[in-house]
Amino acid sequence: MAETGSSVNNGVNVAALIAAREALTNAPSATQFKWRAACEWKDGTHSHSTVESYYGLDQEHHHKKTFTFDADHPEVFASEDKGATPVEYVLVGLASCLTAGIAAIAQYRNIQLRSVTATIEGDMDIQGILGMDDEVRNGFGGIKVTYKIDADAKREDIEALVAQSQKRSAVYDIVTNPTNVTVVVS
Amino acid sequence: MSHCLSGRSIDHVVLERGEVAHTWRTERWDSLRLLTPNWQSRVPGFGYNGNDPDGYRTLAEVIEFIASYAKVISAPVRTHTTVTSVRSTDAGYLVHTDQGDWLCRTIVLASGACNIADVPTFANRVPPSIMQLTAKEYRNPEQLADGGVLIVGASSSGTQIAHEIQRSGRPVTLSVGEHIRAPRVYRGKDLQWWMDAAGVLDERYDEIDDILRARRVPSLQLAGTPDRSTLDINTLTEIGVKLVGRLANISENGKAQFSGSLRNVCALSDLKMGRLLDRIDEWAQKNGLDDAAGPPYRLPPTRVEPAPPLGMDLTTGEVKAIIWATGFRPDYSWLEVPVLDRKGRLRHDGGVVSSPGMYLMGTQFMRRRKSALIDGAGDDARDVSAHLASYLGGHLARARALLED
Repeated sequence: MAETGSSVNNGVNVAALIAAREALTNAPSATQFKWRAACEWKDGTHSHSTVESYYGLDQEHHHKKTFTFDADHPEVFASEDKGATPVEYVLVGLASCLTAGIAAIAQYRNIQLRSVTATIEGDMDIQGILGMDDEVRNGFGGIKVTYKIDADAKREDIEALVAQSQKRSAVYDIVTNPTNVTVVVS
Repeated sequence: MSHCLSGRSIDHVVLERGEVAHTWRTERWDSLRLLTPNWQSRVPGFGYNGNDPDGYRTLAEVIEFIASYAKVISAPVRTHTTVTSVRSTDAGYLVHTDQGDWLCRTIVLASGACNIADVPTFANRVPPSIMQLTAKEYRNPEQLADGGVLIVGASSSGTQIAHEIQRSGRPVTLSVGEHIRAPRVYRGKDLQWWMDAAGVLDERYDEIDDILRARRVPSLQLAGTPDRSTLDINTLTEIGVKLVGRLANISENGKAQFSGSLRNVCALSDLKMGRLLDRIDEWAQKNGLDDAAGPPYRLPPTRVEPAPPLGMDLTTGEVKAIIWATGFRPDYSWLEVPVLDRKGRLRHDGGVVSSPGMYLMGTQFMRRRKSALIDGAGDDARDVSAHLASYLGGHLARARALLED
């Protein structure tokens, strides 16, 4: 359990997370969440997405404001580059998920973080998406994340934070394991 | 437990569905050796007095050890007696068996933690031409056709079976999920010696952070080999075993899909091993053993190729067999007393089950880290039998009070 009176502050309320875990043990329905986004085509490859509501703890919730995301393809694909490409959003999702995990686990383990930066790179052979070669997948061939972390801890403890963050990360799970996807036209 | 109950003059019987040491006789592969060294097989009033304290018992020797102990302590064993149900009564429990019924005030569940092999549900999509065995059903490589073998699980069973099958000439692919790496011998001593001496094995269930989690930790990746060598994933890579990530799914068309998390599960395991060895080194230094033991060292990191395969087509005929070394769970289907939680786990406090007069023995971290080892049975049995005796004592006192009223 988290030590009380800890002087470490990474801005993560670990006590609340631990309390939630205890409370949810006997409330199986409350743990069922639904995350949502809406997407609207603008023009060309440009689309505009919004994230506003989600469901969990047996009720509807709203973000403090509606978050918006423009996605497009870059000029090398003869597009207008009005936003990040969708695959870059995947990289953003993975890096931000792992980084949030690092902060939370560091708090739990009483490790004060001073700075955490990550660069993330996904390799892609576009023969897949262009339909040039059926043996090349559409998605990333591999993803590499590189962390630079300055913290009050030994190197092994920092490596353990990063490893544990992968173990508990939703987006890491989503990109490393298969997910059933159903797309319908209403 | 029987020995401790006899010591307290508590009348009891031990019900055994087969012969003494039944699971060791019927649910283990041929070459298996005990994972703990001979000296560590210590049970109350009985131990090892041969000339190879650092060796590891063969299967036959384990059976002999348990059977001899039953004789030495004159355990009142009823063999070939299968329990078919246990129910609560006003006075205790009614135990139905295929050899008649028993009424008892107290009952100790010592039926084991590894009754049912945990096989993922998508195993039913494995093409029928592929032989499937669990780690309980596997005996030796000769059971398998010549050809490739996919072994799912890289804890103690999976790594040992992978080693043996690869060396039989059948190319092994090992699907690696979370596992706990450990050197067999460290700084000249068996790892179990260090864990015993440094008090790691004696850590109590009520003194550690998250006991439910600790009870789910997979077994140490240890093997009992005559040359006391370490059997880890690097050893397997050296002999040609191919590593893939955790088996995430088998699709309708017979394609196995592996997780892209192999690098991280190996990193987690290396880091965890490092923390255990740090703790041992600290203890050795504090206790002045550094000169005798020699300097600390670390094992090289687990090697993972840059891009391990993420899929495998099971319909090509290349893979002839799949071995599920994916863990076990206990079978409580005969237990008609409401003591299971929503995940089917027995609710107990250090072996004292939530139904009065019911006790548990021999499960992972029941009271101590060593609870599932032969060496853990003694301390647990002493504690649990003491609780059981005081419970019976309370019963007697209440009965007397009723009579005197």
